[in-house]
Amino acid sequence: MIAHYGYADGSGEYYIIIDTDRCDGCGECVKVCPQGVLEVALDDYDKAVARVKEDVLKSIHYICLGYHLRCANEESNCHTVCPQDAISHTW
Amino acid sequence: MKTAGIDIGSLTGKALILEDNNIISWSLIPTNPDSNVTVKKAIDIALEKANLSLDDMDYVVSTGYGRLVVPFAQRNITEISCHAKGAHWFFPEVRTILDMGGQDCKAIRCDDTGKVANFAMNDKCAAGAGRSMEVMADILQLPLDDLGKLSLEIVEAEVSISNTCVVFAKSEALSFLRRGKHRSDILAGVCEALATRVYSLMQRVGIEQEFVISGGIAKNIGIVKRLADKTGLNPRIAFEPQIVGALGAALFAQEIMQREQQT
Repeated sequence: MIAHYGYADGSGEYYIIIDTDRCDGCGECVKVCPQGVLEVALDDYDKAVARVKEDVLKSIHYICLGYHLRCANEESNCHTVCPQDAISHTW
Repeated sequence: MKTAGIDIGSLTGKALILEDNNIISWSLIPTNPDSNVTVKKAIDIALEKANLSLDDMDYVVSTGYGRLVVPFAQRNITEISCHAKGAHWFFPEVRTILDMGGQDCKAIRCDDTGKVANFAMNDKCAAGAGRSMEVMADILQLPLDDLGKLSLEIVEAEVSISNTCVVFAKSEALSFLRRGKHRSDILAGVCEALATRVYSLMQRVGIEQEFVISGGIAKNIGIVKRLADKTGLNPRIAFEPQIVGALGAALFAQEIMQREQQT
């Protein structure tokens, strides 16, 4: 399943995209995220996968500054640590 | 085997009783500020119609915004998976589902088993959702059910609603009214703006045949017609589009029971 977490508003599209078929639930992304927006939990089909925490969904754009602004400048980020290359951002 | 699905949405509560893959009864009620009242009322009406009691239910699954407040549900499942499963029961060929609820909108793509393959939802604001239609019905003083039909009866020319926010779109619509624009023309603009907004969400997940619209907005012919034009597909709509989520929950309950019986 390709899960788009986030929203589109007047200023742009803000989605963190997680490919749950690739994700093996290792949790490396959870450890590396400086803002703590990710968690590993069981999905509706009982597979442990990474997802964006529900309480930050509606403000994700303000909490996670996005790949280009924030993650790309960090030595390790959710994109680089993911062994399955399952995470991407739209902004 | 009897299972129940209960879908507590932002504006309506739905419950559905399923027996051996057949719908026995269902209920559809407006939500009460007290979630417990909504849950109780929804399930009681459905059970009463089926002449059953809660003890007769083998398994209950809850879904929707209020899925965590259903005390008798053995499990809760997100509305995304439930809508995909419910739509797949109605139309086994379905691949793209658009669920337009009271306060959010979800575009879902599923596989041939009804399992979600790709989804995007927008629940940050109500601009692409049923609430915006209720707001418009209110200022135009029209019954909600007439909005879709009227939006297709353009008198002069469709007005352009540029605001995506419901609060701003409301004042924009009001200012058009004060400038003497016809109600139908304003409604056409409102429906077009909403359809454009949800169409971009659909493009994000990809659009495939068959296409099903669920949720309350599926009853609005003005939106359905505009989405049909934009996608070039003929959207399929269940006889009661608002119970698709509750049906999906009841189907999940049935599957869980079957799995438990096998082991």
